[in-house]
Amino acid sequence: MSTSAVDVVVTGLGATTPLGGDVDSTWDALLAGRSGVSRITEDWIKEYPAQLVARLASDPSEQIDRVRARRLDRSQQVAVIAAEQAWRDAGGADSGVDPLRVAVVIGTGIGGALTLLGQDDVLEEKGPKRVSPFTIPMLMPNGPAAAVGLAIGAKGGVHAPVSACASGAEAIRWGLDLLRFDRADIVLVGGTEACVHPLPMAGFAAMRAMSTRNDEPERASRPFDKARDGFVLGEGAACIVLERADAAKARGARVHARLVGAAGTADGYDLVAPHPEGEGAARAITAALRDAGLTPADIGHVNAHATSTPVGDTAEAAAIRSSLGENVMVSATKSQTGHLLGAAGALESIFTILALREQIVPATANLDDPDDDENVQALDIVRGEPRKATFTAAVNDSFGFGGHNIALVFTTA
Amino acid sequence: MSREDIQTGLAEILEEVAGVTPADATPEKSFTDDLDVDSLSMVEIATAVEDKFGVAIPDDELANIKTVGDALNFIEKNQG
Repeated sequence: MSTSAVDVVVTGLGATTPLGGDVDSTWDALLAGRSGVSRITEDWIKEYPAQLVARLASDPSEQIDRVRARRLDRSQQVAVIAAEQAWRDAGGADSGVDPLRVAVVIGTGIGGALTLLGQDDVLEEKGPKRVSPFTIPMLMPNGPAAAVGLAIGAKGGVHAPVSACASGAEAIRWGLDLLRFDRADIVLVGGTEACVHPLPMAGFAAMRAMSTRNDEPERASRPFDKARDGFVLGEGAACIVLERADAAKARGARVHARLVGAAGTADGYDLVAPHPEGEGAARAITAALRDAGLTPADIGHVNAHATSTPVGDTAEAAAIRSSLGENVMVSATKSQTGHLLGAAGALESIFTILALREQIVPATANLDDPDDDENVQALDIVRGEPRKATFTAAVNDSFGFGGHNIALVFTTA
Repeated sequence: MSREDIQTGLAEILEEVAGVTPADATPEKSFTDDLDVDSLSMVEIATAVEDKFGVAIPDDELANIKTVGDALNFIEKNQG
């Protein structure tokens, strides 16, 4: 039996995002066209060309107690919140699964930057003896995965892929592999990010990667639009519970959707710039389809990575067109959530799963005037209102600085 | 500072750092066995005690502080 013949289903979803403190409120806000973007008002932002951010709709303190939060970086706090929601949704605690067969894969793009930078301030002001003993476990990039593993009692392995803005999607791919290779019976996968701080903001701004449409926060993230000028940094986490279909059925778990294929490629082109024709991205999508045993004609919808940067969106449009053709419905949900970096692929996979389950495709906000690029023009990018549609398979793609490309293929339950 | 004041101050630190209910912070309690304070939290508590009571707690002394009473005795003896 080939590994891709293993039938894997999604039985749990959890998220805390700029649109809501859980999956339902986030999805409702997405379909209602609400934006999670606002302008930073703190003093430090004054010198910054890009002053926008998509902060969490629900502060972590609303969902995690003070003493527990004290020893977790913000990126760990939101990961634990999303993971516990997903685990509850899946009925994980009552699943009867041996903890030795429960695995966790949580990716992050930046890791515990707030802790690193905050403790550096402590070091400078008060000296080395006042640096917190929790500094290392709070800043290490595997910290969120480890905190989630502890929270749900996973002893079958805890993993932390790091591939910039593809990390969350890469975690889902790893989780699929763990099930296919029978390394675990149930896996909790996802991504997390919380790095709204002057230094990362300055770094991204120096790359000229961020939108400077400061006077119109809700209009700033505008993937595929002619007037797009960069992404808006967001924070949050999203988690998904995966298990083999036979096991889920045996315990009577609700199935949201199926994860039927995944693939990853590298551009091998430039450290940060995407290949202009999206060659590596297209290869990832094509390989994921092959892995799923599907053809382009089977795919009804793509949740695009589309960050609203000038070069990224046209490269992706080329990749989607060359790998899937022109009949696929495309959504760019970062237009409302901002860019959650290492959590983006996980959150957008949840949107892809819900689109399949509810048979409704989210609209791309702020797409007033599509780019003249021939590939953007050729695609069916859903805008205005969400679109009711009948489709059985959908793709989520994610790309990261470093030339990482991940594509995931989901089908209806 | 009286022993009673030290007890109150220590209880405040334990609540802040480790979520210990002040009424539970009685002298016979073991930090690890009774109050669920792990080794990294003990380091944080020691730092907070140093700041609050003006004492220095060398690592070899910290290793000998097992109970709330041990901490009270150490602070009482060494406070400036």
